[in-house]
Amino acid sequence: MSEGVVRLGGVTDFPPDPVIVAGLRSGDEEVFALLLDEWSRGMLRLARSYVSTAASAEEVVQDTWLAVIRAVGTFEGRSSLRTWVYRILVNTARRRGERESRTIPVSSVGGERPDGVPPERAEGGPEGAALAGEVRELIDKAVGTLPSRQRAVITLRDMEGYGSDEVCEILSISPANQRVLLHRARAAVRDHLAAYYDGKGGP
Amino acid sequence: MNCDEFAELVTAYLDDALDDSSRPLFLDHMARCSGCTGYYGQFTSTITALGELPAPGLSPQTRSHLLTAFREASSEKPE
Repeated sequence: MSEGVVRLGGVTDFPPDPVIVAGLRSGDEEVFALLLDEWSRGMLRLARSYVSTAASAEEVVQDTWLAVIRAVGTFEGRSSLRTWVYRILVNTARRRGERESRTIPVSSVGGERPDGVPPERAEGGPEGAALAGEVRELIDKAVGTLPSRQRAVITLRDMEGYGSDEVCEILSISPANQRVLLHRARAAVRDHLAAYYDGKGGP
Repeated sequence: MNCDEFAELVTAYLDDALDDSSRPLFLDHMARCSGCTGYYGQFTSTITALGELPAPGLSPQTRSHLLTAFREASSEKPE
């Protein structure tokens, strides 16, 4: 496995899907750990679009990986492996979100921090330092108020940096719909930041 | 093109999805309107900031639980 992975400046070039899939099917734990570490952060964020707490998002991600372990033998390569895994995640998160909305009183949903991320688990490090804490808080708050479809799109496009084609495939939406959702989400987040930008005399 | 129409098209412009007739109108409006130039700047700064948000990972417990599950599933499979 290790010869197939090239690390350059923190960016991992994955081996092609067939190599990864073969590794998973043959029980190569290193391959599974690599996927787990590369994709779980984005999966947690996306799951959080549909469920009400960070703990719930973590369970969604766990259930998704368990489903991947069970089903990888049936993966046919019609989409990329990542899209396939993310589609399982979205289905799992939606089902759980619907169940939550039936059982959790609406008043208690807003009780948690809007982003659901306890500050001590948010990472410091270079990216964290680059973004002023105030901006980060405003964005977290703004993203937390978005409807789940908008939040899912802005999470994948702008936070995770996925292309529009892949986002459409993961969320089963048309390109036009994807753009509308993304634009509304961005405009809403920008509105939350407007006072901050204006106070600084511009972005 | 007025300011409201301009604001609606920023994402389409950034995705290079404006049609041939709208694109020059969009750019022309931005060149003439300082308010919309400012809006455009804030919009793209927002996108940049979204990309810099730190993302927490799985808890160590969940990670190790999943690695165990993978190992057990592999050992149950007939080779």
